[in-house]
Amino acid sequence: MKLDYTDEQNAFRMDVRDWMQANVPAAPLVSFDHSREGFEAHRDWERTLNEGRWGMVTWPEAYGGRGLDLVTWLIFEEEYYRAEAPLRVNQNGIFLLGPTLMEYGSDEQKARFLPAMASGEEIWAQAWSEPQAGSDLAAVRATARRDGDDYVLSGHKIWSSRAVFADMAFGLFRTDPDSERHKGLSLIFFPLDAPGVKVQPIAQIDGETGFAEIFLEDVRVPAFNRLGDEGQGWSICMATAGFERGLMLRSPARFQVAAKKLVELYQANEARLPAATRDAVLQAWMEAEAYALSIYRTASRLVAGGQIGSEASINKIFWSEMDIAMHRTALAILGARAELTRDAPEAAGVGRWLDGFFFSLAGPIYAGSNEIQRNIIAERMLGLPRR
Amino acid sequence: MDFRFTEEQDMMADVVRGLLADHCQPADLRRLMASNEARDSARWAHIVELGLGGILVPEDKGGLGLAPVDFVQLAEAAGYAALPEPLVENAGVALPLLAALVPADHPVLTRALAGEITVALAHPANPMVADADSAGAILTVAGDTVHLTTPEAAGLVHQPSSDPFRRLHTLANVAGETLATGAQPALDAAFDRGALFAAAQMVGIAQRCVDLAVDYAKERQQFGKPIGSYQAIKHHLATCQVKIEFARPVLYAAAADLPNGDLHSRARISQAKLAATEAADLATRTAIQVHGAMGYSWEVDVHFFLKRAVALASWWGDAALHRDRVAARVMTQPLGPEFTFARES
Ligand SMILES: Cc1cc2nc3c(=O)[nH]c(=O)nc-3n(C[C@H](O)[C@H](O)[C@H](O)COP(=O)(O)OP(=O)(O)OC[C@H]3O[C@@H](n4cnc5c(N)ncnc54)[C@H](O)[C@@H]3O)c2cc1C
Repeated sequence: MKLDYTDEQNAFRMDVRDWMQANVPAAPLVSFDHSREGFEAHRDWERTLNEGRWGMVTWPEAYGGRGLDLVTWLIFEEEYYRAEAPLRVNQNGIFLLGPTLMEYGSDEQKARFLPAMASGEEIWAQAWSEPQAGSDLAAVRATARRDGDDYVLSGHKIWSSRAVFADMAFGLFRTDPDSERHKGLSLIFFPLDAPGVKVQPIAQIDGETGFAEIFLEDVRVPAFNRLGDEGQGWSICMATAGFERGLMLRSPARFQVAAKKLVELYQANEARLPAATRDAVLQAWMEAEAYALSIYRTASRLVAGGQIGSEASINKIFWSEMDIAMHRTALAILGARAELTRDAPEAAGVGRWLDGFFFSLAGPIYAGSNEIQRNIIAERMLGLPRR
Repeated sequence: MDFRFTEEQDMMADVVRGLLADHCQPADLRRLMASNEARDSARWAHIVELGLGGILVPEDKGGLGLAPVDFVQLAEAAGYAALPEPLVENAGVALPLLAALVPADHPVLTRALAGEITVALAHPANPMVADADSAGAILTVAGDTVHLTTPEAAGLVHQPSSDPFRRLHTLANVAGETLATGAQPALDAAFDRGALFAAAQMVGIAQRCVDLAVDYAKERQQFGKPIGSYQAIKHHLATCQVKIEFARPVLYAAAADLPNGDLHSRARISQAKLAATEAADLATRTAIQVHGAMGYSWEVDVHFFLKRAVALASWWGDAALHRDRVAARVMTQPLGPEFTFARES
């Protein structure tokens, strides 16, 4: 066990820091879920990142990356959040679909989709959930009918993040009409502006249109847009989901920066706060640190050739519950000002804690609800009987 | 940066786990309890044979010269087995302290390293002394001076613990041969090891309780099905496992960083102690709930682990003390993701 960075890793950190200092926009961008303008500002940022070859440092150089390992990626993320750089509008692409494409895609598919993903030219949405297929994702009904060299897509997808303004979506479709449950599903890409696609924004708790319904009516896409084999959709999705909830979706730095801000908020208000508040703040810091240490441990294992397993479910429960606790502590410190929007004259120093709190409440739901994760831990890790 | 144990470290842990699986099952604990002996001498002989006494003692003092990170998984295994004998307090805490204070040829040190005696430590952090009656020597502390005495001279007052395997005493007479003055740094380091290895034992206890409860939940049937098929039971146990999995990396990082001896490493040790205490608290209580009334009975083994967890929760510093140590780092040192592995500058 060696818990020190190499000289090379330290130098890499400084390179990232310098570049972020020079390039991160001075004022925060308008949210990408707020308006086309905010979305495009984030696309521009993806372009800038890509030009500096900082889009996805773990990707091969051929696709705009640097071919670096996961530990180095963690260092990149630390500097990224430290610099308070914009959120990644293409996270569904670069963090979820990208790694999956690299594993399951043909060379032609990689060449077609990865560079455009890396540069922000194509921003991706994930179209898996349906009104009747939430936690029970294997209940998807949307169909893909083979017609010559094409697929014809029909169905109703929902809760698709970024889909309001995004360019492409990767969806789960039933390619075998007689199939049931996990069998007969395929992962197929479609442009969100293709004829027959209707995108209906859905307002979230905070009023932003962060997700959307997608109605597909005889949408024609080339069979080239299918990732992996016909019928392999379920296993590919599960591989994607493992990576999503386990590692890439929520890098520890995000929470460590939030914990730092929470400590600062506490220190600014310390005189009027009870001792119990200090303990809650310390708890938040400790949990963010524990998460970071755990991810470093996982990354070390993966770098040495290991695979991600049930720890994906463990991690997902931990970060989502930590996020809520941290925000609840912040609201308690803010007291009666917690409810104010940023437009209120009294809101100075209130920050974005309430927005963060609202969003934290989605954490135990998306990427597989925490109840489902607990089932997975109990059945696959502890070996308790399914029924 | 490599957050993995070496093969040697894992191998050594496997050996100790195997030994304890063979010789320290709950049935063995019950036999020892009935015998009224302080130790299972056969089991202790096996442990001594492994030559672990000097694991953390420097080579020039006759030890193996290994580090806390080499011992942490062994302490975890001791917790998993609720080991009655003082492997952790002797090899993990007292002997490295003694070795830091005396020359290599000090007779107490040489006998302890040979496995002839154990050494008990009356550290000011703990109100009682563990395993003082079976020790060959006791280290006592007055200010920053460390004295050496014997169980006979110390006037042991037995303080029965609810944990039948913790043999606690207070000392009527702490005077003895003066070993060293100005020993505060060595005593502080002993405290850090004590807290770290108590945390390790509690992680082991927590995992054992989950494992016991899982075994029972697979067997016990109600309403025509194993109770482990009910989601309420599954979710209780999954929640325990989450706590354990997030205590472990903190524990291992704390072990690796302990030798730094700074604000950061001390906070990490305290964090490990707090996280392990929480995991053990939840897992012991959950295991009892999952066992139903059996869990409340003397017959089921969970109570051995419950009692050890209650004891260790405040041994080598209670939660308030450890939170203050975390606060000392959080409120005075720089924060943020780039400082996860930082040292005090
Ligand atoms: C902010 C946000 C972003 C999202 N983004 C996307 C996206 O980009 N693409 C996409 O495809 N989907 C997305 N989703 C959808 C998400 O994946 C689903 O919400 C999730 O899978 C749960 O499905 P559901 O909402 O239908 O809830 P349901 O499945 O109806 O669950 C409702 C409640 O019942 C519980 N429950 C269900 N089944 C069980 C069970 N077997 N045991 C115990 N409890 C159970 C759940 O845990 C939950 O608490 C997003 C959701 C949110 C909130």
